[in-house]
Amino acid sequence: MRDRVVRWARGAVAALVLAGLVVAPWVVDDYTTALLARTLALALVGVSVALLTGVAGVPTLGQTAPYAAGAYACAVLGSRISDVGVVQLAVAAGAGAVLAALTVPLVVHARGVIVLMITLAIGELVVTVLGRWRSVTGGTDGLAGIPAVRPFWGLPAFGSDQARYLYALVVVATLVGAVLVLLRTRAGLLLRAARDDETRLRASGHRVPLYLSGAHIAAGAIAGAAGSLLVVAQQYISPADFGFDTSALLLLGVVIGGTASVGGALVGAALVIAVRDWLFGVLPGHAPLVLGVLFVATVYLLPAGVDRVRGRWRPSGPPHRPDAPAAPDQATVAELRR
Amino acid sequence: MTCLLSAEEVTVRYGSLAALDGVDLCVHDGQRHALIGPNGAGKTTLLNVIAGATKPQRGTVRFAGRNVSRLGPAARARRGINRIHQRPAVFPTLTATENVVVAALPRVTADPGWWPGRRRRAARHRAGALLEQLGLADLATVPAGHLAHGQRRQLEIAMALAGRPRLLLLDEPAAGLSAVEVGRLVEVLQALPRAVAVLLVEHRLDLVYALSDAVSVLRDGQTLAAGTPDEIRTSPLVRQAYADGVA
Repeated sequence: MRDRVVRWARGAVAALVLAGLVVAPWVVDDYTTALLARTLALALVGVSVALLTGVAGVPTLGQTAPYAAGAYACAVLGSRISDVGVVQLAVAAGAGAVLAALTVPLVVHARGVIVLMITLAIGELVVTVLGRWRSVTGGTDGLAGIPAVRPFWGLPAFGSDQARYLYALVVVATLVGAVLVLLRTRAGLLLRAARDDETRLRASGHRVPLYLSGAHIAAGAIAGAAGSLLVVAQQYISPADFGFDTSALLLLGVVIGGTASVGGALVGAALVIAVRDWLFGVLPGHAPLVLGVLFVATVYLLPAGVDRVRGRWRPSGPPHRPDAPAAPDQATVAELRR
Repeated sequence: MTCLLSAEEVTVRYGSLAALDGVDLCVHDGQRHALIGPNGAGKTTLLNVIAGATKPQRGTVRFAGRNVSRLGPAARARRGINRIHQRPAVFPTLTATENVVVAALPRVTADPGWWPGRRRRAARHRAGALLEQLGLADLATVPAGHLAHGQRRQLEIAMALAGRPRLLLLDEPAAGLSAVEVGRLVEVLQALPRAVAVLLVEHRLDLVYALSDAVSVLRDGQTLAAGTPDEIRTSPLVRQAYADGVA
């Protein structure tokens, strides 16, 4: 009975949030609508970070690399070949997946802080290449004047921030739904098992590197798709959109939201962007300080993230036994430090 | 009679220390074979070599007639070598059922058909039966990290059996169990199908003699003696080794 109530309450909260996001562009001004669209793009990258960090146990600072690959692929395609949204989305996801596939040998066999360093290096390398490959990327000036997209062939191009935001919302909702379904399949189960004890999983006969490679490529595709949404929302991109501060903010958002939770990643990313971009106007120059305080407070008060607050209302089996080690519900900051 | 598992001239060195020094071992199909010896004799190292977790400097491991020396732990598990660790190794955030499902998936046989989820459904069915058999059915939905030590041990046995092993490696399965739990463990091990061979490492000799039909004794990384439980029980060499080891 309690299970059903909790499930119903979670569904109701999700439906309310979704309804709020749908009506938001009619309630807030154009600037906030555009900001919300950019937040959705970053939140989707946050989901890809959560998939790798929290679900598969591979912490990453490099999801800005496939994010950038997707964004630039979409921008070049949009400027020169096609302004159809679904085509750009597919190409961007493909570009993110290809870049992730190329980096699989570097990432999948390393663990802990070493993965963080490798992924950070990959992200920085990609930003450097973007800054120097002027003929394609426009160098540090970026690519401006990217034409507005039309969602499908035959439909008009988006002419307002509202339309661009709603397109981003539909894409994010669809992809997040797909990730949630994926996590309920055998693939999700095996990734969680790999996060818990990779050696044990291997001893059961599973090809763990193959699973982690699949997760890495899938996360790359999601980040690439998010890059396409950034292009749709801004119609301008530059290497500055994919720098280290973006990587750090994404990981920060995911840790604050709860690493193993897709919903937590969305909430965390939204929270971080809200603090960075909205508080910028209220407390000029103090946004990084507020972010730092938020991070420290989360680590000490909710080490498993904001999602843990919701987790306290979940049915959790029998009471914890003092003789049994605590079972982590999610990868915590301490685990990321390993 | 040919060996299901044979280890030949297995040598593992850590610097100047020889953990295993030219050890030979043969486990027949369906045999309950115990490996005993004082602490530091090399028993767990030999299990590690057989499971593929440790690479020996010299020697070969053959399983079911094939040389598996170059295979890793996952490939050996898929061929039917499953292991129960000294400290129960389970997936703490997964439920008991999910733990067994994960262990069953590599070797589960699904119904023919095209629809998705058949393998997982077959694995879930097998997990339910195994949890029932091991007395864990009531804990099926409990995260493994919330289980007591003895329950985790039972769960790990269920996981090992879910992989349809031809050879089960048991590394001190009774360690840390209460008398009641040891009794249940013995029942479970005695009820294993004869198609499953067992290689048991155990310090409790009463368990060894109750469960095994062949015993090998290791000392200082070498095979000291091998024979039936009765032969080993009365061997003065073995008595001496244990007296030295304990001292």
